[in-house]
Amino acid sequence: MSAAIEVEGLEVSFPDGRWRVSILDGVDFRVEAGEVLALVGESGCGKSMTALGCMRLIPKPGRIDRGRVLLDGRELLELPVPAMRQVRGAEISMIFQEPMTSLSPVVTVGTQVVEAIRLHEKISVSAARKRVADLFARVGIPDPAERLDAYPHQLSGGLKQRVMIAMALCTQPRVLIADEPTTALDVTIQAQILELMRELQRETGTAILLITHDLGIVNELADRVAVMYAGRIVEEATRHELFRQPRHPYTQGLLRSMPALVAPGEPLHEIAGTVPPPSDWPAGCRFVDRCPRAFDPCAGPAPDFQMLGRGHSAACHALAAEPGE
Amino acid sequence: MSEAPLLAIEGLRTWFPIRKGLLRRVVGHVRAVDGVDLEVEAGKTTALVGESGCGKTTVGRSILRLEEPREGRILYRGRDLASLDPAELHPYRQKLQIVFQDPMASLNPRLRVRDVLAEGMHSFGIGGGGSEQTDRIAEMLRRVRLDPDSMWRYPHEFSGGQRQRIGIARALAVEPELLICDESVSALDVSIQAQILNLLGELQDEMGLAYLFITHDLSVVRYLADEVAVMYLGEIVERGPTARIFEEPRHPYTQGLLSAVPSVDPDRRHQAVRVLGDVPSPSAPPPGCRFHTRCPEFMERCRSEAPTLLPVAGGEARCFLVE
Repeated sequence: MSAAIEVEGLEVSFPDGRWRVSILDGVDFRVEAGEVLALVGESGCGKSMTALGCMRLIPKPGRIDRGRVLLDGRELLELPVPAMRQVRGAEISMIFQEPMTSLSPVVTVGTQVVEAIRLHEKISVSAARKRVADLFARVGIPDPAERLDAYPHQLSGGLKQRVMIAMALCTQPRVLIADEPTTALDVTIQAQILELMRELQRETGTAILLITHDLGIVNELADRVAVMYAGRIVEEATRHELFRQPRHPYTQGLLRSMPALVAPGEPLHEIAGTVPPPSDWPAGCRFVDRCPRAFDPCAGPAPDFQMLGRGHSAACHALAAEPGE
Repeated sequence: MSEAPLLAIEGLRTWFPIRKGLLRRVVGHVRAVDGVDLEVEAGKTTALVGESGCGKTTVGRSILRLEEPREGRILYRGRDLASLDPAELHPYRQKLQIVFQDPMASLNPRLRVRDVLAEGMHSFGIGGGGSEQTDRIAEMLRRVRLDPDSMWRYPHEFSGGQRQRIGIARALAVEPELLICDESVSALDVSIQAQILNLLGELQDEMGLAYLFITHDLSVVRYLADEVAVMYLGEIVERGPTARIFEEPRHPYTQGLLSAVPSVDPDRRHQAVRVLGDVPSPSAPPPGCRFHTRCPEFMERCRSEAPTLLPVAGGEARCFLVE
């Protein structure tokens, strides 16, 4: 069976002077229908770039050098541009962190969603408007029929994000990519939006690729988690296993640096140093300079992924050197 | 009674005028801070929490008179800062310092780190001049765990976490007693945030600093605060010791806020939606209890009567339910 979306060996680079700097280096993952995969990591790890890569929206002068993106088994990277445009928004949609910058300020929100539907479907404006009003009601926008004629600035941040979700779901896509969907929102609004995403997913079975830096949101929404560091996935596991038995030193450090997981008075774990910029990424394991478990082999070739249990894998030389279980 | 707190705010009101028309007539006010009482004890941390627009940042800025309060007293060691003229206020600006959320926006990009720190020191006649000053700046940078040589570099040469350290070093260089941290770790990645939180904890132990920690991040509050005040639409709705607030929140808003925080326990995805809808505009706060439009425990009297802060075990809550 093919996954709703499957990414294999995705490589993305940007020019830097005379050279190209790699910012994604062999990213692999798959998301099944009805599943939520969270891609977590800190700023600059490449998680948003991975999302844009799936949509073939890597900003110029960046480019995809290698890899495959399969939507229901169909290779997206080889599609002609007009065909890709049809796929985008219809079969795979995306919601962004900042709804204000992704909505046009001069067109009513109703018209924007109507246009999104009519781009992919032959349907009259009035029929589309009716469907949008229904959608607005379903994503919890109060007075949906009146809100169709509102401009984005007349809506609160939470309502704008609901409009974005309505727009992303109006064509019933197979895959929804949510890039920090609640980061700009207050916590009470965030709770409402996460609840909405859970409900909608139960109803529609859309596969969700959730991009976030917040491990709390991962725990609340995800089924599986992939942790990214410096352009690579370093560990992948089910949600429960990742929180209970993180194996990669980076994942372990990340969890132990969270105030929510440390008792007041105890010092927080610090990951030494900072994430290096892409031009300074070490040749082998990219975490080596900050890793408490680094030893000789870490300076050599990058570690391979290693299965550590059912659905749990990590790329780390120290784990490979441990006696088998 | 124990000794008086280092900082006590009483009945603070800071309103912003809304102007309209050709003559810019004042047609109303945004009541950003509308009757706030708050205390910070020497060497302790008080957290002021709330969602965007609740007025928490304006409280911090009003304490330093970066915004002019309309009413109320700001008692620092018993002296009312709100009544001082600028010359009288100047020495207090040394004792109360602020660290902002975005260090890039609060550091002058044209000044070397050394001059960023020297500016404040000079203004308060601290650290002398020449090599004595340089030594002191080096000591400050060491204290926030930066290489002393970084004083010769410019702010843009540093990462976000390092810049926040510079912001803290600048504040510490003038020997303050109280540091107002306005979302000082909110923009940082979690591993960098951990470094800064540990640093703030150590500095408090070493130097006896008091913190007023203004934030929306409840997990940070639980981790570092001694006392918590929860703000909603310009008012404090609940306050008390941190453990009590987190274990036994009494105000429905505090309860809703805490239940909305995503859990990090994989055995318990507990996040529950108790508070619906959006925060009303502070220019026209609802009559009666300001929270009644979103309150899951709404009663008829909440619509017309405004509750006052009522005593509860370990603190106060602004709700009829605790009567």
